Amino acid sequence: MSKINVKDKDISVPGEILAVGMDSFPGIGTYREGENIIAARLGLVQLDGRTIKLIPLSGRYNPKKYDTIIGKVIDVAMSGWRLETNSPYSAMLSMKEATSQFINRGADLTKFYDIDDYVSCKIVQVTSQKLVDVTMKGMGLQKLKGGRIINVSSNKVPRIVGKQGSMVSMIKDATKCNITVGQNGLIWINGPPEGELLAVKSIRKIEEESHLSGLTDKIKEFLEKNKPKFAVDNNDKPEPKTN
Amino acid sequence: MSNELREHIIKLFGSDTRLDGRKLTEYRPVKVETDVTPNAEGSARVTIGQTEIMVGIKVEVMEPYPDTPNEGSIMVGAELLPLSSPNFEQGPPSIQAVELARVVDRGIRESKCLDFKKLCIKEGEKIWMIIVDIVTINDAGNLFDASSLGAIAAMKNMKFPEYKDGKIDYKKKTNKGIDLKDTPLSVTVIKIGDKFIVDPDSDEEQATDARLSVASLSDGTLCAMQKGGDVPLSVEDVEKMVDLGLEKGKELRKLVK
Amino acid sequence: MTYKERVDGRKFDETRKMEAKVGVIPNADGSAYFKIGNTAAYAAVYGPKNLHPKFLQDPSKGILRCNYNMMPFSSSGDRVRPGSSRRSKEISFVTKEALLPVLDLKEYPNSVVDVFIELPQTEAGSRCAGICAASMALADAGLAMKDLVAAVSVGRIDDKLVVDLDYNEESYEDGPVADIPIAMMPNQDKITLLQMDGLVSKDDLKKVLEMGKKVCKDIYEVQKKALKDRYGASK
Repeated sequence: MSKINVKDKDISVPGEILAVGMDSFPGIGTYREGENIIAARLGLVQLDGRTIKLIPLSGRYNPKKYDTIIGKVIDVAMSGWRLETNSPYSAMLSMKEATSQFINRGADLTKFYDIDDYVSCKIVQVTSQKLVDVTMKGMGLQKLKGGRIINVSSNKVPRIVGKQGSMVSMIKDATKCNITVGQNGLIWINGPPEGELLAVKSIRKIEEESHLSGLTDKIKEFLEKNKPKFAVDNNDKPEPKTN
Repeated sequence: MSNELREHIIKLFGSDTRLDGRKLTEYRPVKVETDVTPNAEGSARVTIGQTEIMVGIKVEVMEPYPDTPNEGSIMVGAELLPLSSPNFEQGPPSIQAVELARVVDRGIRESKCLDFKKLCIKEGEKIWMIIVDIVTINDAGNLFDASSLGAIAAMKNMKFPEYKDGKIDYKKKTNKGIDLKDTPLSVTVIKIGDKFIVDPDSDEEQATDARLSVASLSDGTLCAMQKGGDVPLSVEDVEKMVDLGLEKGKELRKLVK
Repeated sequence: MTYKERVDGRKFDETRKMEAKVGVIPNADGSAYFKIGNTAAYAAVYGPKNLHPKFLQDPSKGILRCNYNMMPFSSSGDRVRPGSSRRSKEISFVTKEALLPVLDLKEYPNSVVDVFIELPQTEAGSRCAGICAASMALADAGLAMKDLVAAVSVGRIDDKLVVDLDYNEESYEDGPVADIPIAMMPNQDKITLLQMDGLVSKDDLKKVLEMGKKVCKDIYEVQKKALKDRYGASK
């Protein structure tokens, strides 16, 4: 019978012996050496039956096919745009994939997306050499106008979105903001000033405390406690939600 | 800089607020600690929000410059360490680092609050050279003001080492420091659109149209200035920025007794 | 001659007091601070990130770059002139070699992980303090690592074998001295940095490496606690 040295939600550091015995299995973030299952990164313990996993608490984004991300235009080329993806690898957005409109050959591409513009897009291909292609043809994929962009650890994105989007919806409602969360850790927030500020603070709180229990209730309480008094101003009416 | 972000910042100014909720003339929390590193003759650590810098002073004995045989000297250096930001690279000082060092230097030198004659050991032969080194630990905007504060705090904290028989014994500190006749401080005022703010964070620095660093003495006399940014300023702009710089200088001075 | 007792009263197998903190530089992907006695080091990790120029890229895995630097006011004597020296270049290189064995960068081809080590104060044992800080910073940055790396100097002063030589011991003049910085993977007992200068017998070397093994395990506990505290494990 294996001796398991850790329990669920423990924090583990590289080199720590998580379990001893051949009937435990090394899951992601761990490796086996002889009888020992050892931590292969800094992470949060997750016991899944006999498998011991370590969930990452930090680490840069690695592009994955089908991820929806927020990219920043860093170059406008002849037939498309190059985007920074908050990872070591840039992505290519070809003219063909940029929009459902038809773009003439020889058109001025900067009229569509210019340097430093942020866009939401979907990864369609990642080669073994990490060449990344993206598309903006799809529901809700668009240039992000106005608002601000913040950068969170991509590992925290699932917690920020919540089960079926429940967490981010809760924040959107309380702050009256449009929020787009990229799998790559970039988040776009646009709404009334007090709302944006509260949205940023709530997201940062989730980032810091994502591995602690009772997070959903804590955030709900936080949003209640800091409920802003929205200025009643026609200019601040939020745009209709697009995703 | 994303035009969208700059427009968004300007829109927020219209509601008298900034990205992080501060008022336009509000500083992030400022903390000044001295005597933070034991091998320096004087030292300080300054944090403004998440910006953090350290300043260390070392002294050397050298021959005076020929045209000032009875005066000591001061040198200010600044290093934008790659450790402190993804935007700083390994290598010789960038123009950003050189400008920072020279602006801090002028704020101190031109204030005339340091009596260089007091740094003379033996006229024509030996003088003290005070070397102020600024290093960045985390750059989250406004390195200018943090550095100016840190340099003065470190200078006030400084004690000369023992100098005997032509040799400095760094391990023995005397209780003699530099007498500063005043406390010159620099405040950087930023113009974005048609509004003025102080203590820019990283996003606001990128959105800067023009900046004016204003160094002043405790009686409100100006002792150094530096304009940056490629957007021109009107005379009225300068007057407004100087007023704001003097007002904030007064507040910051309280932190460096 | 005999080395009767250590200047600061420590036992021969005792290190100076240690302090460690993780997550001290918000801009970095991972960061840490490590202090032992009066020697302190900051380490910041940026990456994996894009690597330029292209000819430096490795298509099979990411590469590691290390830079060790002493701040101008860090030394107990003269000011340290800014910029790299032959000494700092060599230390940067052996530091990289000491950290690389624990890292797995296959998931990030063509990229680079940059480690910057800066020392605000030094009093012997600076390269080891740098390695201790860097190893925590790499873990904080979320990189795949099979172990941490702990480092300390061991050695011989006259007739005694010691760990964690301080400044006075490094410059001891009344008898033979050996200064041996080592870095180890503390859970695998594998050495990743080994340098020596001075005079020591083969048998003494064996003994002092065993002493170093034990100290590295103690350092690992300090590093482990700092990493766990970063994420509120003690809350």
